Amino acid sequence: MSTPTDGLIVVAKRDCPTCTLIEPVMRQLAESGPPLTVYTQDDPGFPAGLDGVVDDTDLEQSFHLAIETVPTLIRLEGGRETGRRIGWHRGEWEDLSGIKGLGGDLPDQQPGCGSKSVEPGMPERLMARFGDAKLQSRLIDVSPLDDPMEVCFDRGWSDGLPVVPPTDERVIRMLAGTDRKPDEVVGLMPPNLAECTVEKVAINAVMAGCKPEYMPMMLSVVEAALIPEFTLHGLLCTTYFSGPVVIANGPMTRRIGMNSGLNALGQGNRANLTIGRTLQLIVRNVGGGIPGDIDRAALGNPGKLSFCFAEDESDPEWEPLSVWRGFKPGSNTVTLFHGDGVQAFVDQGSRTPEELSRSFAMALNAVAHPKMVQGANAILVMSPEHYAVYRNAGWDRKRIQSEIHEATKRSGAELVKGAGGVGEGIDPSRADEVIPKFWEDHGLLIVRAGGDAGLFSAIIGGWLGGRFHDEVQPVTMEVKE
Amino acid sequence: MTTNAFTMRDPTAEAAPVQRERLRPPASLDGLTVALLDIGKTRSDEFLDHIDAKFSERGLTVKRYSKPTNTRVAPVEVLQNIATEADIVVEALAD
Repeated sequence: MSTPTDGLIVVAKRDCPTCTLIEPVMRQLAESGPPLTVYTQDDPGFPAGLDGVVDDTDLEQSFHLAIETVPTLIRLEGGRETGRRIGWHRGEWEDLSGIKGLGGDLPDQQPGCGSKSVEPGMPERLMARFGDAKLQSRLIDVSPLDDPMEVCFDRGWSDGLPVVPPTDERVIRMLAGTDRKPDEVVGLMPPNLAECTVEKVAINAVMAGCKPEYMPMMLSVVEAALIPEFTLHGLLCTTYFSGPVVIANGPMTRRIGMNSGLNALGQGNRANLTIGRTLQLIVRNVGGGIPGDIDRAALGNPGKLSFCFAEDESDPEWEPLSVWRGFKPGSNTVTLFHGDGVQAFVDQGSRTPEELSRSFAMALNAVAHPKMVQGANAILVMSPEHYAVYRNAGWDRKRIQSEIHEATKRSGAELVKGAGGVGEGIDPSRADEVIPKFWEDHGLLIVRAGGDAGLFSAIIGGWLGGRFHDEVQPVTMEVKE
Repeated sequence: MTTNAFTMRDPTAEAAPVQRERLRPPASLDGLTVALLDIGKTRSDEFLDHIDAKFSERGLTVKRYSKPTNTRVAPVEVLQNIATEADIVVEALAD
């Protein structure tokens, strides 16, 4: 269907009282004005008995003309739009059409109604059908006999749970969550070092169940995962348990509804779960990191499906992880860590910060193996009740961090191979050293999260690759909005 | 956009063909277990008896399975048994 190049266009629908009100006006225009085309959105018989009425119930013309309100009057000259009026206003319509005395008995003006082309969900459908969406990923046809969700499983696109079939409408809707172009390359995704475009991120985000407003954070998560110090390639193929753990900071976490409170490390929150899941789907689908293939995890852990949560920043006295990592207060950031499962920490008896620090250190020293030091890093997710012990004593993050670090120090003689009748351990040459469990600068990330009640905190152990202090580190990136 | 068709966008790096590849046949039958699936049509059994004898002559292990009726797909249990007990399968259609 082609758009006329000269004359007047009215876009209308019968369901709009203003459109029905101006039916006589459309007749006047058809009889005495420039050539008139009426695109009718809901009833091809409206207005009745008028030449130039065109069925636009598929909304193609309304989409191309970017109609938001009906009635809309448009003037075209030589193929160019030279004027547009929205709703009914006698003076404006007379000026644009060049015809005086329009709708003599009608009120001077009346606002219009919403165009059917902008009803909820419709813009994406129209963009997919009529737009120049420029999606470049190839189309996969699904036979009418097949269930699209089963096809996703059969093609190996799933992490073992159902995925949302990535239709054009859904992908376009997801891409609306970012200003970045679909063909922009975010980076090369290991292990195959395949180009990961914004579009591929959006497709996998659809499959994971993300909302479009997660896209800025999602793109930053992918970019952070590709920072060389994160060594994603090594992480995805390791025989160890670990996978990427995402900690989000900043006001965006509240805006998109992330959970930093009750059950923050558990199930039930869409943003937490789908952002973490998207990264792993991208590793699988774009990078080719397939479990049992190049992913050689001996056991893995359930967090490899998704492990993502937000830090509780509600206490102004607490320095958020993002600030400790060098970003301005109030920044939106994502920190990625190589983590395995959750190790419970229970201490319902320590009432002083000194006691609690020693207690945390005892549990932290068990990460990976009690006789292993400066190997696996860790996250300590401190619950509100444990934090209260420190807060009430006036200890800030720096003090807590420093005291726990000191409390993990042990004599090398206890840790060397063979000590305690256990073969695992450090080199005997270090027997005379006093050694902390973690690298002081990035070996232990302390994060606040959790529900108000419960003297329980969580330890998330890290990957053994952490023994290479310079090569393997947690990474933090600011979210680009 | 194709009308009346459901299409999805490929989430992968698109290194594999759109049309999924079939499993390659084994290079040799030596030592393999062959499943013979009677799809339930009349005289399928005659055909399969013949195949059974030929495979057995070659020293292959043969296991027999059957669908209750040719009008429906095989029950999940039959498919699982074949997948776990045999290396290759021959389906018989004999009219």
